[in-house]
Amino acid sequence: MEQVPLSHVLILSSCLFFLGIYGFFSRRNMITMLMSIELILNSININFIAFNKYLYPHQLEGVFFTLFIITVAAAEVSLAIAIIINLYRKFNTIDVEDTNTMKF
Amino acid sequence: MSTYDIAALLILLLPILSFAGLSFLGKRITPCTAGIVGTTVLFVAAGLALFTAYGYFFQFGEVAGAYAHHTSLEINWLQFNENLSINLSIILDPISVMMLVVITVISAMVHLYSFKYMHGEERFATYYAYLALFTFSMLGLVVSGNLFQMYIFWELVGVSSFLLIGFYFTKPSAIAAAKKAFIVTRFADLGFLLGILMLSYGAETLDFFVLIERLTQPDSVYLASFTATSFMGLSALSWGLLLVFTGGAGKSAMFPLHIWLPDAMEGPTPVSALIHAATMVVAGVYLVARLFPVFAISAPDALAIVGYIGVFTALFAAVIACTQTDIKRVLAYSTISQIAFMMFALGVAGWGEEKAEGFTASMFHLFTHAFFKALLFLGAGAVIHAVHSNEMKDMGGLRKSMPITHITFLIACLAIAGVPLLSGFFSKEAILNAAYHGNPMIFYVALLTSGLTAFYMFRLYFRIFWYKADEHGHHNHEKGMWAMNLPLIILAIGAAFTGYIPFGDFVSADGKPFELPFHLTFSIAPVLAGVIGIGIAWMMYSKQNSNPDKVSASFGRFYNWAYHKFYIDEIYLFVTKKVLFNLVGRPAAWFDKNVVDGMINGYASITSTTSEAIKGMQSGRLQTYTLFFLGGVLVVAILLIVNFI
Amino acid sequence: MSASAVMFYILGALVLTFGVLTVFTRKIFRAAVYLLLSLIGIAAIYIIMDMQFIAALQIVIYVGGIVVLIIFSIFLTHQAGERLPSRLPKHLLWSILLSGVGLLLATHILYHFSYKPSIEPAIEHSVKNIGTQLIDFRSYGYVFPFEVVSILLLAAMVGSIIIAMKTKKN
Repeated sequence: MEQVPLSHVLILSSCLFFLGIYGFFSRRNMITMLMSIELILNSININFIAFNKYLYPHQLEGVFFTLFIITVAAAEVSLAIAIIINLYRKFNTIDVEDTNTMKF
Repeated sequence: MSTYDIAALLILLLPILSFAGLSFLGKRITPCTAGIVGTTVLFVAAGLALFTAYGYFFQFGEVAGAYAHHTSLEINWLQFNENLSINLSIILDPISVMMLVVITVISAMVHLYSFKYMHGEERFATYYAYLALFTFSMLGLVVSGNLFQMYIFWELVGVSSFLLIGFYFTKPSAIAAAKKAFIVTRFADLGFLLGILMLSYGAETLDFFVLIERLTQPDSVYLASFTATSFMGLSALSWGLLLVFTGGAGKSAMFPLHIWLPDAMEGPTPVSALIHAATMVVAGVYLVARLFPVFAISAPDALAIVGYIGVFTALFAAVIACTQTDIKRVLAYSTISQIAFMMFALGVAGWGEEKAEGFTASMFHLFTHAFFKALLFLGAGAVIHAVHSNEMKDMGGLRKSMPITHITFLIACLAIAGVPLLSGFFSKEAILNAAYHGNPMIFYVALLTSGLTAFYMFRLYFRIFWYKADEHGHHNHEKGMWAMNLPLIILAIGAAFTGYIPFGDFVSADGKPFELPFHLTFSIAPVLAGVIGIGIAWMMYSKQNSNPDKVSASFGRFYNWAYHKFYIDEIYLFVTKKVLFNLVGRPAAWFDKNVVDGMINGYASITSTTSEAIKGMQSGRLQTYTLFFLGGVLVVAILLIVNFI
Repeated sequence: MSASAVMFYILGALVLTFGVLTVFTRKIFRAAVYLLLSLIGIAAIYIIMDMQFIAALQIVIYVGGIVVLIIFSIFLTHQAGERLPSRLPKHLLWSILLSGVGLLLATHILYHFSYKPSIEPAIEHSVKNIGTQLIDFRSYGYVFPFEVVSILLLAAMVGSIIIAMKTKKN
């Protein structure tokens, strides 16, 4: 593992991050947008772990941040899905383009 | 705090508490209760005022042979800098104590009188609340220790008089009168405010006694720098004092700011008695008296102007009073004339024991005038109450049906005419004596005016109580009217005997008691003038005849002018409506409508156009927002990288 | 090149592939499954980085919790079999442009940045160490964030129940 340079790991996570970004923009379905957000969060986690592993092996901070991010992600997903289900009940759709009532 | 200080504080607090109580609870309590509460409070205040006066004049007021001012209460209210602050204080000195007595006594009488006079009025409690507010403002005015506190209460007096004059607010003429009184006095108060600013700038204090000290000591630096600059032949100090006097002239209805007072008769008659006899109108005289040392020592030229304006107003108002037919208007002009007497009495006075006689005379006249003029108004109110008209032509021969009113009214008329042994005689004598020594020209005009005073007062008297047989039957109008008759009797006693008070012992310019000079030979001319006036009135009005018409016809155009009050109101209307409205008002309105409003509307329309144009950005599409967000983040990131890495 | 390095590149390629499939597939259920695989790949990467605890968390929470929740909501919204609609080309173009620029920027920086590893002796990233420091309340202890996050979870739980609850029609 030591032969893999840090930058490769980081580039992997960047690729995943911008994949997530692209998915977030290109999808119209809210659940798939949520999946893209999960990708983004995971890429961040990889970053934290990689920095912890490569640059600061005497510490555990990266691990803790990952841990908290995972927790917050779980909370976020549960709320998001509750909102999506509520929206679905109201509008009978979960397409972001169709639920644009919050405008001028 | 001594007992007297607490009494002085209570005199002020009781009316305002009565006002608050009656305004908040007025709807919950019966009118009778409201009247009893209001009247009781004022009687208690009057008792306290007499107690305070006793304490001041006989117990603690005299310090080293002179009456010094005594600070009952002083609260630092607004501190501008180390030198200038506004305090709220209660000051007791001879004139303020005298005014406390006059105001509370007259106000108590008016309260009692109104109990019957205003009976059945729907807003009875409100009326009493306003009366209490007015009394409070006036009391606050006289005990003020500094110019600014006086100004505050001065305006309060204006507001409460506005409320009282416009009490019958369903009557258009009452509304117009209230507005007129408010606007005219407010306009004059502008001068007062400017005067306050000038004086406080010059003396660097607002406190009366410090101000007087700084502006009267000959070696004072304040005085030197203040009198150094001059404009149009008068020093800056004189201008400041004249501006202050403008405010006083507005409240005291000096020519040419007198126009509000006759119209203010639209209010209930007891209100007229309160405002015009004892309190509001003498505020101007009181103001000048407060600053009298500065006037007399440092700006005699300003004091002379006060004297000339006073004597002109006295004559002018007396002439108009001779021609009016509305009895309240006759009394109104008589008030203006009598206030002008007080004013020119101050105007002819100088500094020093003998020369300052005018000051004492003026205060003396203020004191006696309060009683007999309140009596006249209340008597007129009783007559109006019985006849239901203000016009002389509806009256006549009332002496049988209203004996008490008749006798008391006669006493008041004799007093104001200066008939010997009644109060008006002594005070008027003192004024004329002071005028004779101060400025002979003013003396002769004043002599003529006092003759006119006797004439118009007895014209009024004969016209109401004699002239013709009573058309209203012989039943007694006064039965069950004790609330109205009692004040008349009390005031008649005051009008008859207050002249015997050795006034010079108590009130003088420098606080030192002195004897008011009284020369028997000197009083011949004024008494003669009064008797001639009464005689002419008797000839013309004691029986119904054609003499008055002949006399008025012989005066021709002059009578007409006087009857129309010398067209002063018309001149005011011409100046305001034709000149000010067209030359100032309309351009200002045009400017306001087009330029000011246009600018504001312009801003509004620019804002609305811009937001209309960019509102599409708020599309409600989540992803568009995030696209913009990410784009922004990237741009910022690129900028940071380019600049810092 | 060691075996673990080879494993890393293979796993990285798998993660990216499944990520791309997640983002580009037209079937929503498939997207969820690809996401699942991608997340498992990431867990594997954690393992070869010696982070067994985090890998376990990844499997338990992401794979076992979140993705299951997502699949659940897919069924709840009755869209399992539908083909997802595509976007306007203009919008897609902007998305590609922005993500591409961002990616280029990031890789550019990552390549040219000089990393300075610390020289202090490494500690073992064992569950024991993690646990000790997590519940520690002395300096560098994480007990406070730990408690805060637990309250956050509770709040989220209550909140999602309230939001998803059927409102009574009256």
